[in-house]
Amino acid sequence: MTDTTVPVTTRKDWTSDQEVRWCPGCGDYSILAALQMLLPDLGVRRENTVFLSGIGCAARLPYYMNTYGMHSIHGRAPAIATGLAVTRPDLDVWVITGDGDALSIGGNHLIHALRRNVNLTILLFNNQIYGLTKGQYSPTSEQGKVTKSTPFGSLDRPFNPVSLALGAEATFVARTHDMDRKHMQEVFRRAHDHKGASFVEIYQNCNVFNDGAFEKITGRDVRTENLIPLVHGEPIRFGAEGQRGVVLDPDGRLRIVEVAEVGEDALLVHDERRDEPGLAFQLSRLARGPFEPTPIGVFRAVDGPEYGEAMNQQLLEANEKKGPGDLAALLTSGGTWTVEN
Amino acid sequence: MSTATHHQTTELDRVVIRFAGDSGDGMQLTGTQFTSVSSLFGNDTATLPDFPAEIRAPAGTLAGVSAFQVHISDHDILTPGDSPSVLVAMNPAALKTNVDAVAPGGTLIVNIDAFDERALDKADYRSNPLTDGSLASYTVYEVPMTSLTLEVGKEAGVKPRDAERSKNFFALGLVSWLYSRPVEPTLEWIGKRFATTPLVQDANTRAFKAGYNFGETAELFESNYQVRPATLDPGVYTNVTGNTALAWGLIAAAHQAHLPLFLGSYPITPASDILHELSKHKQFGVRTMQAEDEIAGIGAAIGAAFGGSLGVTTTSGPGADLKAESVGMAISLELPLIVIDIQRGGPSTGLPTKTEQSDLLHAMFGRHGEAPLPIVAAMTPSHCFDTALEAVRIAVKYRTPVILLSDGYLANGAEPWRLPDVATLPDLHVEFATEANHAEDDGEPVFWPYLRDEQTLARPWAIPGTPGLEHRIGALEKEDGSGNVSYDPVNHEHMVHLRARKVAGIADDIAALEVDDTDGVGGAPVLVLGWGSTFGAIAAAVRRVRARGLKVAHAQLVHLNPFPSNLGEVVRAYDKVLVPEANLGQLAKLVRAEYLVDAKTLSKVQGVPFRAAEIEAAVLDMLGVDPTVTPAEEEVAS
Repeated sequence: MTDTTVPVTTRKDWTSDQEVRWCPGCGDYSILAALQMLLPDLGVRRENTVFLSGIGCAARLPYYMNTYGMHSIHGRAPAIATGLAVTRPDLDVWVITGDGDALSIGGNHLIHALRRNVNLTILLFNNQIYGLTKGQYSPTSEQGKVTKSTPFGSLDRPFNPVSLALGAEATFVARTHDMDRKHMQEVFRRAHDHKGASFVEIYQNCNVFNDGAFEKITGRDVRTENLIPLVHGEPIRFGAEGQRGVVLDPDGRLRIVEVAEVGEDALLVHDERRDEPGLAFQLSRLARGPFEPTPIGVFRAVDGPEYGEAMNQQLLEANEKKGPGDLAALLTSGGTWTVEN
Repeated sequence: MSTATHHQTTELDRVVIRFAGDSGDGMQLTGTQFTSVSSLFGNDTATLPDFPAEIRAPAGTLAGVSAFQVHISDHDILTPGDSPSVLVAMNPAALKTNVDAVAPGGTLIVNIDAFDERALDKADYRSNPLTDGSLASYTVYEVPMTSLTLEVGKEAGVKPRDAERSKNFFALGLVSWLYSRPVEPTLEWIGKRFATTPLVQDANTRAFKAGYNFGETAELFESNYQVRPATLDPGVYTNVTGNTALAWGLIAAAHQAHLPLFLGSYPITPASDILHELSKHKQFGVRTMQAEDEIAGIGAAIGAAFGGSLGVTTTSGPGADLKAESVGMAISLELPLIVIDIQRGGPSTGLPTKTEQSDLLHAMFGRHGEAPLPIVAAMTPSHCFDTALEAVRIAVKYRTPVILLSDGYLANGAEPWRLPDVATLPDLHVEFATEANHAEDDGEPVFWPYLRDEQTLARPWAIPGTPGLEHRIGALEKEDGSGNVSYDPVNHEHMVHLRARKVAGIADDIAALEVDDTDGVGGAPVLVLGWGSTFGAIAAAVRRVRARGLKVAHAQLVHLNPFPSNLGEVVRAYDKVLVPEANLGQLAKLVRAEYLVDAKTLSKVQGVPFRAAEIEAAVLDMLGVDPTVTPAEEEVAS
């Protein structure tokens, strides 16, 4: 909620007195910093801000925010946040989750929060590994991943979190990464400002159990060649000189091309407001994994009825139609008879 | 409708009638309406619906039989009756599955049209029971219900296939005549209920009248009966089922606590009707959410509680299993929460539509770690209302999840309820924290979320939106006071004891256990100790034992955790303690463990409530009395 009378704050005001206990070098530090530095600019009050999480390394984040917060149980944060958001539309509710928390044990709650379009900002820290339990493969780990629980390689096909969110028809879906604070902040700001459920996948490095998982696309020297920035209304192109781009072939497939070969006019123009999520879904699957050119930014941002608002509207309508609740009338509503003295 | 009568009318003090038919025959509707008319007439009533889990099992089969038993009386009654004196059987399957319950000498009213070879075969009858002499101990009335209903349906212009569906109204009309029920309320009800389908309305009205007139004019019944109004306490009454009373109790409690009500729930038998009922009353500010699963239902309720709502989740056994982890979290978070378990037969999916009391130990211990919480149980359908208020009182005052146990019998059973004056409902007002409650070493005021009220040991409830009280809570162990995450061994032990002490301390804040013993506590040789829905059957059994001139005491627990502080004293005051339970002895186990008393279990796990006679027999056995001597049960109210 933007409020012009909000007192001026700094990062310090949004930082709790708790010692941060992630491993040194963890990507979570840069995400936390990006958030704490952004919050003073969002025009929101600390007391109206709630960070909710489940279990996992990322789930510790609420302890570090000087706001209201709850570090709950594994996978359930979207459900808990739904109850809070629909009963307290005055609050900003953030859900902090990871690939195991959101996509394995809590997969059901995530997709239902998204389909209902509850007013939540969901940040999924995707490091493609289980960190807190010390290094088992996760639902986003690449197939064949050798870990403690899969010494002969994992068999499961990974989820693509952005595809999953789009499949649930989330109204706001974006991807960013922990190596670019400015990009993170821009995406977080837009996710926060969006009415309804916002889903952000953050590629996050776990330097202990899965170091370098995103190195091929987020490394400083390869980033410009391998990250495809999505900008609404602009042709989709990337590379140091913008020399490569994405086209939609007549057979309906997306393909990466050299701009010089096809001409700029042939490039696909990104439309995040397209109601039909199919093209965004295709874009989310342009890369087979974080080792080849991968779109980042906002895939989809459309308007849709927000669940809590609709629920509260029904309350208002019932009140208008029937008047405020009357207990005595409720108890006699099934028909009564009187026994005299 | 004809009013002249050449029949004589016999007075009865009570009667138990069971309507039985196919799932599609509308027996629940018929029974409910008969009850409703009887209540309006002034009788005391108690009901026992009994239906299969399948929505429509194959027509005419034993599995598809649906029944509704109602007990009507001219005095106050406590149970739906041990055995029906009248069975209305719409087909052979209904007769076969229910006839054994009918008291010898009882009356059977059968729809003779349904007793063809095929139907008998479906019901696994080798020979026709109406002709083979197997029903010799009953008075059997064979009534062509289907053909007479088709006849009047034709007059209404209804197609034969549709007309046949009104036959339950024929049965209702016939039984209404047989027991001298006023017809106007039912005619009015049919008018309203089927207002949008005039053809059906007309057919049902005609079938009802045809049934009534058949009783009146057919030279079949020698007599009809009258059960006079009961002398109930003066007041305004309504007929209420347990689930409706529970839903209303939650609305009333939220109102008395000045908190918005939020229900997170996943549909499950026999709890869904609470979700349905609460969803109707949005003008009270009630928010209901049909969650994606049981876990989300309780999760959303916890989120709502964190935000300052009265969070409630409703379920039955399988859902209670799934919610266990979240209940544990609510214990750790120390947030108010109401968890309602409408018990049914288990384990696993078990018997979805049948009653049982087998979740008591699950409610007590069904979580990992030392995770105590208060438990309350409703005794009768209308008592569900009071129990909801009590659960909410404890939850908000002590900032704890509370489990409320009801069961399938209470949930669907109905009884007349003398309505309370809403002005006399308890004040459950709760204060949210608004200010810092602690000073840092440097004097800086801070808010500590786990700094407790010294008396209740409840922590402050500080809701988001309150400036200056920003804080984080979580399911990890926390330091007492500050609430910061703590793995300190001594702190953990302290917190484990503290949470246990907080719940145990509630014993000082609940009513002492009342004992019904004519000679004062300890006067009788046997105490019957019950909990929850066994109340009616135990109280009826106690009346019967006393009618024999024998002494027996009765106490019924509403608070299962903590127990009332005088329970130890009470159970030790008796030589013998009998605990009837619809499980294998769960309360008995707790009582024995807690008080070292040799409490004996009377167990019944058949998916149906105890009959008063079963408990009576167990008491007599304990008293060393031969049950065949002394009065017949008809002489004693039950």
